[in-house]
Amino acid sequence: MDHVEFFPAAASTVAGTIDDIYFVWLALSAAITIAIAALVVIFAIKYRHGSKADRNVASGEHYEHTLHRIEITWTLVPLIIFLAMFLWSANAYYQSAAVPNDAVPVYVVGKQWMWHIEHQGGQREIGELHIPVGRTIALVMTSQDVIHSFSVPGFRVKQDVLPGRYTTLWFKATRTGDFRWFCTQYCGAAHSRMIGRVLVMEPDDFERWLALSDTAGSMAAKGAARFRQFGCSGCHGPSANVHAPRLEGLFGKPVQLQDGRTVLADERFIRDSVFLPNKEVPANYEPIMPSFRGQIDEEQMLEIIEYLKSIENVPQGGQR
Amino acid sequence: MSSISVAQHDNYLTADFRLWSWLITLDHKRIAVLYTVSITLLFFIGGAAAAMIRLDLLTPYSELVSIETYNKLFTMHGVIMVWFFLIPSIPTTLGNFLLPLMIGARDLAFPRLNLLSWYLYVIGALFAIESLIAGGVDTGWTFYTPFSTMFSNTHVFAAVTGVFIAGFSSILTGLNFIVTIHEMRAPGLTWFRLPLFIWAMYATSLILVLATPVLAMTLVLIAVEHFFHIGVFDPALGGDPLLFQHLFWFYSHPAVYIMIVPAMGVASEIIGCFARNRIFGYRFMAYAMLAIAGFGFVVWGHHMFVSGQSAYAGTVFSLLTFLVSVPSAIKVFNWTATLYKGHISFEAPMLYALGFLGLFTIGGLTGLFLASLGLDIQLHDTYFVVAHFHYIMVGGAVMAFFGGIHFWWPKATGRMYSDAWARLAAIITFVGFNLTFFPQFIVGYLGMPRRYPEYPPEFQIWNVLSSAGAVILALGYALPLFYLFWSLRNGPAAPSNPWKAKGLEWQTSSPPLPENFLRTPVVAEEPYSYSTGGSTDG
Repeated sequence: MDHVEFFPAAASTVAGTIDDIYFVWLALSAAITIAIAALVVIFAIKYRHGSKADRNVASGEHYEHTLHRIEITWTLVPLIIFLAMFLWSANAYYQSAAVPNDAVPVYVVGKQWMWHIEHQGGQREIGELHIPVGRTIALVMTSQDVIHSFSVPGFRVKQDVLPGRYTTLWFKATRTGDFRWFCTQYCGAAHSRMIGRVLVMEPDDFERWLALSDTAGSMAAKGAARFRQFGCSGCHGPSANVHAPRLEGLFGKPVQLQDGRTVLADERFIRDSVFLPNKEVPANYEPIMPSFRGQIDEEQMLEIIEYLKSIENVPQGGQR
Repeated sequence: MSSISVAQHDNYLTADFRLWSWLITLDHKRIAVLYTVSITLLFFIGGAAAAMIRLDLLTPYSELVSIETYNKLFTMHGVIMVWFFLIPSIPTTLGNFLLPLMIGARDLAFPRLNLLSWYLYVIGALFAIESLIAGGVDTGWTFYTPFSTMFSNTHVFAAVTGVFIAGFSSILTGLNFIVTIHEMRAPGLTWFRLPLFIWAMYATSLILVLATPVLAMTLVLIAVEHFFHIGVFDPALGGDPLLFQHLFWFYSHPAVYIMIVPAMGVASEIIGCFARNRIFGYRFMAYAMLAIAGFGFVVWGHHMFVSGQSAYAGTVFSLLTFLVSVPSAIKVFNWTATLYKGHISFEAPMLYALGFLGLFTIGGLTGLFLASLGLDIQLHDTYFVVAHFHYIMVGGAVMAFFGGIHFWWPKATGRMYSDAWARLAAIITFVGFNLTFFPQFIVGYLGMPRRYPEYPPEFQIWNVLSSAGAVILALGYALPLFYLFWSLRNGPAAPSNPWKAKGLEWQTSSPPLPENFLRTPVVAEEPYSYSTGGSTDG
């Protein structure tokens, strides 16, 4: 250990604001704690048993009034401080909740006890995540088993990773270097070994790394192969005779359901349609699709989603 | 007061010496003693687990125990300390003992239910201990699904059954207290003449009765999913894992107030007595506890800011959490103001109470860090959270509990302990506590996750400090065992009111008679009337 750290390195665009909130709370807390402690010590000395200090207390209606005013004051002053801090920190939270439009997706699957990463280009990593500095990255995450959590203290970001659901975490690194990444939701025996490193690189270095990594094609290309391998194309492909929705251009559009609701065709909708096909049946279609639960794993599912994102042309008019 | 001569009466301890008489006793004071013995045992079991944890964390690699064992240790520490020590601690011991005495009643409203609640507690504790002997549980005290239901191969069901049964003990105690406070107050003892300890018991009982059933249902659902594979929480079975967290924290956040509100009651009694002053803002203090109990039900989502719940839900829960901290702040200011123009003396109970005040202040303030949405993202599930809730539950609740034990020890046992040793223990506890838990705030912001037996080497310095503090803290907790036990045989006999305190419990003998009072007392003055009427000799 060469030096003792009190604060973690700040290496993302949101870190500055989070640190500001932290430092303001530290200052407020120190001020309040010291004030209380000082009062306790002063009173303890001045009004110790047997001291000659004046203990005469006023009484009567005026005094009662003063007491009330004191109580109201030390109710309202903390309340106002708290509300101000609430607004500030909620605002910071909203900024970190909304994913910027220019974010580059990277796909993450957590499983006991490792992290699988796949880049759009098909590059896979385990326990390491290479990213370029200065570009917004959005992790689209799910779990194969229990709940995990993706945490990079240097970026001040954290998001639970749930089975059966996609959660998104974005960040934009502001400096190059290695940053620790932890699973922070207890997930069983080797929870403390479900860790990794985020390697933030110069954009050129990152492009070189992408090019040098082995890949069996882009995620979309792998997804296209899965689409045929699992027989999806038999019904949803251009030459199918079954009355099934066409999927070109589907991603990101609203879908009318049988029960009258309209939902957005996002990652969740596609995943649920494959694993729980009867949950949300599109209007004008029969619920004839079988569930692929247990046949397609989470990583393959993500590749299929990438494939569906990539096919945007709609050859046959408005049909979905 | 000195006019009550008690020397020739049997007290509740000497009324019958047979073991059987203890096991079928309906006397609230004896049941309080039964509880005290039981929870003290479990406190030291839970404490032993904590000692192992701190020892293992001295080094970045888990060298003392395997990672699987470590996971079982922190689970055992949490399960035992939360459900079998902290939640029952003050209500079932001091509460059981004092509630009828403080309101001038002969017993609780339902003495048989009171005994039943002790037996339920013991059965629950036996299930929990059985799960440990059988090989332990590795889910953490939070039992998060789907890990607990579908993935853990440890003795989850035994532990869950224990917690489930102990829950009914809580419900019965709460029910008993509420009815007793409503129905059995002595003549003249109006609501706003009640000691704040009674208000604290009342607020706590409301939480116990309203929140605990939700925990019971949640635990049943865990069993249903585990044994019958009916999807409730596991998405693979069509369930929702976040539903468990909502239900769990709907109970477990109010449970934090079950732990700290009684401590507030104890601290109020002690600070009023040793400052020889009326509690500043008495009504505000009572309302604040009710407000905490009420708001406490609508803040559970602040445990779930990064869980995947919606940003809007997070915002509402954050706002409500800030609101619940206002009454806590009011209480800290009022305790401090109670010292103003008092006649302050520093016997051991007062040192514990002042320690409570300081540690609760830090615990409360750091809770505001966690309530702050953006900042919580960094702090969630790190050692910052561990430090925060230990400041509340150990620095706050346990410190006050020890203060209460020392304050009412002469009343309960009829013996005085060595105040010098007790003051030493209070100071050692305070120092050891801060050294143990303050470094955890720092390592938490650095990002060290909780529930990690292994950690990056740059975190070691903070863990070494913390473990060193734990040694001092353990000494602070062990010392009272010795001088308190010693006092039982060798301590000088306690007068009925050794601290010259106000409150009906001091108007009967030490130890009290089996029937508490020879005549039902009549209350004609305000609570804590220390500085009125010139007389301070109680």
